[in-house]
Amino acid sequence: MTSLAKLLEAALFAAARPISLESLATLDVESSPAALAAAIDELREHYEVDGHGVELVEQGGGWQILTRAEFAEAIERAQVAVRPTRLSAAALETLAIIAYRQPIGRAEVEEIRGVAVGSVLKSLHERGLIDIVGRGEGMGRPLLYGTTPQFLEQFALRHLEELPRADELAIALRGAGNAVVTE
Amino acid sequence: MIASSLRANDTDGSAFVVELSHFTGPLDLLLSLIRDEHVDIYDIPIARIAEQFLARISTLALDEAADYLEMAARLLRIKAQMLLPGANGEETWEDPRAELVRRLLEYQQMREVVDLLERRGEERRHQFNRRWVPQAADFAPASVPLALSLGELLAAVDRVLRIAKEPVLHDVVPRTLDVAGAMSSIRLLLAMRRAARWNDLLNRDAEPWQILSVLLALLELAKLGELRIAQSRPFASVEVESRDVVSEAA
Repeated sequence: MTSLAKLLEAALFAAARPISLESLATLDVESSPAALAAAIDELREHYEVDGHGVELVEQGGGWQILTRAEFAEAIERAQVAVRPTRLSAAALETLAIIAYRQPIGRAEVEEIRGVAVGSVLKSLHERGLIDIVGRGEGMGRPLLYGTTPQFLEQFALRHLEELPRADELAIALRGAGNAVVTE
Repeated sequence: MIASSLRANDTDGSAFVVELSHFTGPLDLLLSLIRDEHVDIYDIPIARIAEQFLARISTLALDEAADYLEMAARLLRIKAQMLLPGANGEETWEDPRAELVRRLLEYQQMREVVDLLERRGEERRHQFNRRWVPQAADFAPASVPLALSLGELLAAVDRVLRIAKEPVLHDVVPRTLDVAGAMSSIRLLLAMRRAARWNDLLNRDAEPWQILSVLLALLELAKLGELRIAQSRPFASVEVESRDVVSEAA
């Protein structure tokens, strides 16, 4: 491996969260973006080809070293690490709406889901999957929610644009596009 | 589909009734009915679907959930509107189902995203990242100005409030009503007169607590079967009769 690839490996090993390309670039200011990209590729292939228990994954706005899926069960059985609990269907629905319509207020989420979402929002917030990103203009200046980097990480998304566009979904809304629903 | 495959171990849903019955909300139930009945979403036989919706929410014991009742009311309203002829001829007639169809499609679209998220999330759950998370103190030397988002601030306030939960103090006002006293004076009065009017039971300048005491005493005595309360017409003065008079008359 090149020394830059080794440096990346060390930094990624030390970090618990995904590291953005910009942060990786600051590890060695002498290296060009092209060299950095090449080093990332090199490290990824190193894990891939030589056969390692971990792999290099791009998600959540950066790069991260993760254990391979095939070992999850054994690791959990030995109680070395615990998988995060699954989200409820209600929580996933709420999250999906926020991911697409952010920033979005509670009333609009409720309008789309047809149920009250107060406690679901609270638990998503506590899990760090959504955050308050501002306040709306409407009555009472409602809190507006958006997704967090943690959301991308937990759903293995590189960035929000990786979600299919609304018009790419099988059932496209007729004409409505991505407009925010108003009552 | 996902509603049934995705049974949550998570109990955070506010509408717990919904979770129990495998539907995440009225739209979910409605979509599943439309699927089961194989009907066209753009041409929903509203009378049939509304009927089934009502049947389902009663058999599923969901009927206490306001969200479902609201949808039931909406369906019945659309059903009624479908029966009305267009006021100004065919051209201006707007399908009363249009808004519902729009919401259903929107909801279904969102459910596709849920499927995607569910798949991705499940894959990701099989991969671990390193557990070591840096202590906040390592990264926040005192010289760095405090930068807080609104969300972080609110979360902090929430945490503090949760820890420092002050006991809720109520000012207990002593109960100044004298129901027992009013009861005995009504009994006394009825023993002498057998019948009385509301005005006879109270002084003209009675205090609110006296009025309330007499009212409660009257109700209490009526409950005990000692007297009968009647009113000749709405807002007329209340007439009180001793129960003995009534039984004698009967």
